[in-house]
Amino acid sequence: MNNSSDTGFNPAFNIASIRQVINEAVEKVRMPTPMRLRDLIRQIRAARTAAEERAVINKECADIRTSFRDEDSVWRCRNIAKLLYIHMLGYPAHFGQLECLKLIASPRFTDKRIGYLGAMLLLDERQDVHLLITNSLKNDLNSCTQFVVGLALCTLGAIASPEMARDLATEVERLMKSPNTYIRKKAALCAYRIVLKVPELMEIFLPATRSMLSEKNHGVLITGVTLITEMCERSIDTLQHFKKVVPNLVRILKNLILAGYSPEHDVSGVSDPFLQVKILRLLKILGKKDPEASETMNDVLAQVATTTETNKNVGNTILYETVLSIMDIKSESGLRVLAINILGRFLLNTDKNIRYVALNTLLKTIHLDMTAVQRHRTTIIECLRQDPDVSIRRRALELSIALINSHNVLTMTKELLTFLETSEPEFKAQCSSSIVLAAEKFAPNTRWHLDTLIKVLVAAGNYVRDDVVSSTIQLVSESGAQHGGYMASKLWVELEKDTSDKQPLIQVSTWTIGEFGDMLLQQSDDHAITVTEDDILRVYHKLMWSPQNNLVTKQYTLNSLMKLSIRIKLNVDKIHEMVASFTTHMHTDLQQRGIEYNQLFNRYDQMRDGLLERMPAMESNRTQRSQWNETIENISSSNDLLVPDVNPETNDSNALLVLLEGTNGESELIQNQNFTVMPSTPDTQDLLDLLGGLDLNNQPMQPLNNLTTEISITNGSSVNLNTNNLLDSLSLVETPIINSNKVKSPGTVTAYDQNNLLITLLVERDQMNIDSNTVNMTAYNNGSFTINEFLFQAAVPKTFQLQMLPPSSNTIEPGSFLTQIMRVSNVSKSQLRMRIRLSYTTNGVSMQDQTEVNNFILPPDPFGTTLDLWSENQ
Amino acid sequence: MMHFMLLFSRQGKLRLQKWYVAHPDKVKKKITRELITTILARKPKMCSFLEWKELKIVYKRYASLYFCCAIEQNDNELLTLEIIHRYVELLDKYFGSVCELDIIFNFEKAYFILDELLLGGEIQETSKKNVLKAISAQDLLQEEEAVEGALKEIGLL
Repeated sequence: MNNSSDTGFNPAFNIASIRQVINEAVEKVRMPTPMRLRDLIRQIRAARTAAEERAVINKECADIRTSFRDEDSVWRCRNIAKLLYIHMLGYPAHFGQLECLKLIASPRFTDKRIGYLGAMLLLDERQDVHLLITNSLKNDLNSCTQFVVGLALCTLGAIASPEMARDLATEVERLMKSPNTYIRKKAALCAYRIVLKVPELMEIFLPATRSMLSEKNHGVLITGVTLITEMCERSIDTLQHFKKVVPNLVRILKNLILAGYSPEHDVSGVSDPFLQVKILRLLKILGKKDPEASETMNDVLAQVATTTETNKNVGNTILYETVLSIMDIKSESGLRVLAINILGRFLLNTDKNIRYVALNTLLKTIHLDMTAVQRHRTTIIECLRQDPDVSIRRRALELSIALINSHNVLTMTKELLTFLETSEPEFKAQCSSSIVLAAEKFAPNTRWHLDTLIKVLVAAGNYVRDDVVSSTIQLVSESGAQHGGYMASKLWVELEKDTSDKQPLIQVSTWTIGEFGDMLLQQSDDHAITVTEDDILRVYHKLMWSPQNNLVTKQYTLNSLMKLSIRIKLNVDKIHEMVASFTTHMHTDLQQRGIEYNQLFNRYDQMRDGLLERMPAMESNRTQRSQWNETIENISSSNDLLVPDVNPETNDSNALLVLLEGTNGESELIQNQNFTVMPSTPDTQDLLDLLGGLDLNNQPMQPLNNLTTEISITNGSSVNLNTNNLLDSLSLVETPIINSNKVKSPGTVTAYDQNNLLITLLVERDQMNIDSNTVNMTAYNNGSFTINEFLFQAAVPKTFQLQMLPPSSNTIEPGSFLTQIMRVSNVSKSQLRMRIRLSYTTNGVSMQDQTEVNNFILPPDPFGTTLDLWSENQ
Repeated sequence: MMHFMLLFSRQGKLRLQKWYVAHPDKVKKKITRELITTILARKPKMCSFLEWKELKIVYKRYASLYFCCAIEQNDNELLTLEIIHRYVELLDKYFGSVCELDIIFNFEKAYFILDELLLGGEIQETSKKNVLKAISAQDLLQEEEAVEGALKEIGLL
């Protein structure tokens, strides 16, 4: 270009002829042999089928490859451009990578422009070609053309790998000090990417960064602020270092607000919203947990919050960022109320995006100022009720749930129930569980709580989660004496209607009617309806044979029917008949239940009353649950970025959800317990499951143990071994115990069973002191030799205290036993574990052994039962 | 920081893709396909944001084109709408009432404009005038080179 004089410019050409020649030349360049990009795009667009398109592209790709093979570089630029288009359509284009690098190395700007574009699209930081590109970048970063430097910086910013970042950091730092603002702003963002990739390179950029804030150019300012923000988020030292720029930032922001109209940076009447938002964001980070810095920015935040125009999205963008900053720094309380009110106003905005943002932010700030958020409850409910946008309704639902407290639980529950009735299926599960949890937490009285639960079961139908079924049953059981009849009649009314799409409702109803059927049949003021035995049996018949009802429901129904057999007077035979009809049921579990219950009618009719009597009320474990809530609350709130100081009164129903998901250490406990209980109910095989009904809690098994006792006696005297099912079920009771004619109590754990020595442990709760348990150790000698010098030692984890009383003896005759009592106090309420060491001599041989027991079945107490157990009913 | 920006048509055809975070090609394609389907399925009365993995997706439709950006949790989604709008304004100014075809046939220009507005997923220039000035200066540089090349070819230079 600079050698025109060497080639000899001929002055004989006049201007017109020069122009003609140029035009021809340009035309010639534009119409070369390979297809032009424009034509390729046309051809591809003209393809009517995918196959046709593929054919065009394959042919072109083949041409491009051939052309790449020639070292001739004339068409490289065009070919890469075509390849980039092909790449966007989703076809492979990796074979162009090296060609891009060749283009970048070309001295022509056009080549570089397309080459760098190709590099950004076809390469990313995973590629190995980086060494090659790093060299080209280094050259171009030193170019004297600002746009070449710009291209190199842009590419580095997009695809910098850690290695590239290390190699080129010093170059970038040099460019950050360039007097050219075009280069300076790009270098700043490159530095930002380098810090992102390799945080330890931050140091070298610090001096150059600081001076960027004194710049007038908005490009340099905004990139500088972005870089500082990133550095402050990466390192606490840097954060401290930049605290001193707070006044500068405040000044820049103030100038932006107060400055008159500047056409260059104006967006719908707001002066450079991009820069304002970036500054607000940096202020938020600098003011966090820093009262002094917060004090400096209070004024300007208030100013932004009150003066920003709110007609357009731009203004609301700034307000939104301001609210976030106010909430995060140590701002004045008045400012916080102002911020929440801005969000409240957002909720009324016609723009759905702004409503969405408001709900989202309120949800995050609810810990900070519950009362301020409560003030906007009606608006939030309005969003829940009417908003056409599902995602907004979902946010509103979450927020509504979070807002429930003891003051508003009645109205909020009413609103949520209305929502539940009409909402999309996707909301029903979450909404119903939330109502149940809220009701549990804030219910003013049991009657209301029970009514609410029924409403949830009716409104949410099959979308109700298992935990709702179990907690409802638990509550009914707890309040049985007072409200059993009321619940039975209420649920009966629902059960009579069409319930095929409300399986959980049927389950709860049949359980309740099974337990409290007698109350239902009695006339009482509590319920005005009259129910006859025939009505009940008719409905049960329908439930049991309806193909719409699932297996679990039928299991509930069959158990309930069995329970009813001692609660009704006239139609017992009919029940027997119905139960008997299940002895040939297709499904093995129902069949087994049918057969076993049928046996109960036929063979053990005298035991039926005892077996099927009402279950003792389950004890609540709510006290403990609320303790858990507190710990979880603390955890969840300390995780929240927006919460600098936790308000201990904050009630967060989300915490309950967290609890059920089991994310904290305590819930390990539940699982352990589950595990210990489970082995006694393997699948559907055993009697415990069948008769214990649907509860795996320890306590309700008590009537059942009478049965095992009696049957084991029966077994001892009778030779009839044909009662297969019942005997099978007994197999879970240890045979040695039966042999020794010893009655096994519930909760007995076999600790050791080897060498003819059986050791069982039974935990009993101390009536006087709930923190203390008594463990009864019994050692049976099943062998034929006497056990001498028997020594039993036990150790427990440090959280327990163990006191051992002297044993009843230290010798055990064959077929005999000894006992020893231990007292274990368990203040921490964790799962009991015990390590046991045994030593004894038998038949002249001295034995030693040790084992660990961790499957203790704790006696029913507030800590032994959990809600989760309820869902394990199949 | 913006993770990526996608432009696609109502028919689900990708028109532009800019990635500021490295992914293998396969992953990029999967993400693109997933988002295009999700966004096209959304009704017009729904808001412009969706939560997607750990990112927030902000999208807006202009005529037949969807502009879709993925930003991080602590980024301002309303501002992202402004960035999209700014980009559309720039395209409009550059092409003169831009339409989808302009972007199809001059996709490289669309990339160049985006690269003057954003760098590394952050805004580098808030003045429309400056962006357009930089673009036209670079276009001029290219034109000069073309003329020069042509002159060289016929032996004038």
